[in-house]
Amino acid sequence: MENYLYIALFAPLLGSLTAALFGARPKTLFTGLWTSGLLAVSWISSILLFLHVYADPSTNVVHVKMMDWISAGNLSIPFGFVVDQVSATMMIVVTTVSTMVHVYAIGYMSHDKGFNRFFSWLSAFVFSMMILVMSDNFAGLFIGWEGVGLCSWGLIGFWYHKQSATWAANEAFIMNRIADLGMLIGIFLIYWNTGTLQYDEAFAAMPNLEHTLLITIGAFLFVGAMGKSAQFPLHTWLADAMEGPTPVSALIHAATMVTAGVYLVIRANPLYDLIPEVGYVIASLGAFVAMFAATMALVNRDIKRIIAYSTLSQLGYMFVAAGLGAYWVALFHLMTHAFFKALLFLGAGNVMHAMDDELDPFKMGGLYKVMKPTAILMILASVALAGIYPFAGFFSKDKILEVAFSGDHYILWGVLWVTAGLTAFYSFRLIMLTFFGDERYKKLGFHPHEAYPYMLWAMAPLAVLAAIAGFFEHAFVDFVTTLLPSYEFHTHHVEMILIAVTSTIAILGIATAVIIYKNGMLHPKWMERPCYKLFTNQYYIPQFYDAVFSKPYKELSIIFWKQIDMKIVDATVDLIANTFFNIGENTRGVQSGNLSIMLRWMALGVTMLLTFGLIFVAAATLLG
Amino acid sequence: MITLNHYLVLSGLLFSIGLVGVIKRKNLLMLFFATEIMLNAVNVGFAAISNHYGDLSGQMFAFFIIAIAASEVAVGLGLLILMYKRKSSVDLDTLTTMKG
Repeated sequence: MENYLYIALFAPLLGSLTAALFGARPKTLFTGLWTSGLLAVSWISSILLFLHVYADPSTNVVHVKMMDWISAGNLSIPFGFVVDQVSATMMIVVTTVSTMVHVYAIGYMSHDKGFNRFFSWLSAFVFSMMILVMSDNFAGLFIGWEGVGLCSWGLIGFWYHKQSATWAANEAFIMNRIADLGMLIGIFLIYWNTGTLQYDEAFAAMPNLEHTLLITIGAFLFVGAMGKSAQFPLHTWLADAMEGPTPVSALIHAATMVTAGVYLVIRANPLYDLIPEVGYVIASLGAFVAMFAATMALVNRDIKRIIAYSTLSQLGYMFVAAGLGAYWVALFHLMTHAFFKALLFLGAGNVMHAMDDELDPFKMGGLYKVMKPTAILMILASVALAGIYPFAGFFSKDKILEVAFSGDHYILWGVLWVTAGLTAFYSFRLIMLTFFGDERYKKLGFHPHEAYPYMLWAMAPLAVLAAIAGFFEHAFVDFVTTLLPSYEFHTHHVEMILIAVTSTIAILGIATAVIIYKNGMLHPKWMERPCYKLFTNQYYIPQFYDAVFSKPYKELSIIFWKQIDMKIVDATVDLIANTFFNIGENTRGVQSGNLSIMLRWMALGVTMLLTFGLIFVAAATLLG
Repeated sequence: MITLNHYLVLSGLLFSIGLVGVIKRKNLLMLFFATEIMLNAVNVGFAAISNHYGDLSGQMFAFFIIAIAASEVAVGLGLLILMYKRKSSVDLDTLTTMKG
């Protein structure tokens, strides 16, 4: 089984390095096929590992130590990998979505000049993500964490000739660095207080630590998770990250990387179980973000951004579950969300392709007639996202609401319940605007066409999973609760009522969207309202950050540049250089080439040396 | 009575004359003469001190210097003649090809 682990881990790296060799060359179909093939190999290995662990979770956990990495004094960090219930699930999610996205991207990127470079980055991302989920210690997790951040930067800024893309890439990278500082502090604290970074040893030592210390550790680790999972107030990068190619948005900014924060909280469940107050803060923040992001998705005029806000919102749901201690529910929602959200993004990619990279759904409408398969797949994904029975989202989202209700957190439940309605509304607003109603694109001169058939086939497995993944709930629970704590529901008596109430608001949301957007758009007077403006401007938070952080920082940088760097640092360096230059320039006359003059200098030099020598000897004699 | 000091003073005078020649003269041939005078001033000094201490190494050095001066003059004069053939002059002021 060990070999399968290494194959699953290193196949994407091999693909990435091979593709990187051809990175600067024009498109070669080979790189796309080769990386996708290796991803498929990794996927099969992951499935085999999963089945192995699934067969007997108590004894079959694969835990290997590849080699020592850092060994200094008492510090010993090995390159160790573990495939247990949680990482096996994550591996399945990551490799499934990324294999499909790779195949899809062969078609999506087929006309792009950076085809080979794209696949190199994409496979490198999968490798980093695999390290992140498979590592058996915090240091390895951090390597993967930074690796996915780097690949995310490279892929958001993939079209680096676009100013907005490079800006978005840098924004994502810098925001994540801020959060990673928090995470690093958390990891340092763990090392200082437990003396180890191995998960099992560190968690075993935690119950003996002081409670306030545990709270500090948990809070700092969660700061890292906030950055990666784009939780408020570090959320602005995710929507801007939509500058990247759509397969990237599907894989990284919906299905896998952004869920790393949730994964961290799930992985650190022994820690968060000890500090329920931090967990409650996480859950509250999650519920806030769920609603906050959903409101922004309600009014946005960019199909990718709508889906990005929806991702934010769903990540909020996951944090509610994880924060309230229902780790398996969070993991379950993470999994189902990965499937239907990737599907939704890939569908959006098809629409973009058909519309020559137009993103504004107000310029679309009626695309159902020309893009039937894409429309059906996206409707399926939206239904799953809205949480309608029997699709995957129903099972996982319903469980999260149940968790909130069961823990007597009625406010959280209420927020999530309203958000469920908003989710259904904005999903179907997107569907209605894009695929139904007037054919507004005709006036603008677009000629939409359906994507290549194999791109649709790459979406099909995700569609199947989005439809049926929910039915594996019981098997999933039995499997992961052998590692994660099980959650005791106290809601059996009202379970059916809760389901009915949640489903009602979801259906209401869908119905409202369908009715409002059936024949076209919202009445323009709505757009004049203050709350509409607040939502479209993202609560003015980007402007706020710009005014409060970016601008003063820039001013400060200019002061440092002009005053300190140029007047002190540069001036010192220049002074040294100029001194030597001037000495040389002024004494250049000595080199006249005239032997006679040189001999005079020599005579002078000898005389001076002799004089000094005599003075020295005389002084030495006189002073003893 | 001629003492060591007399010899040393002679040596010093000769050396100074040679040094002034090296500094002042512009003719390469004269420069050679001046260096020869300096070398021989040193020889006088060596021989005198050697005699004073009754140690022969000083006089041996003098002989070495004579031999080396001879070979130096041989090579130097050869080059000087070659230079005169090329430039029709042995004036130092015309030989500033190394001007930096």
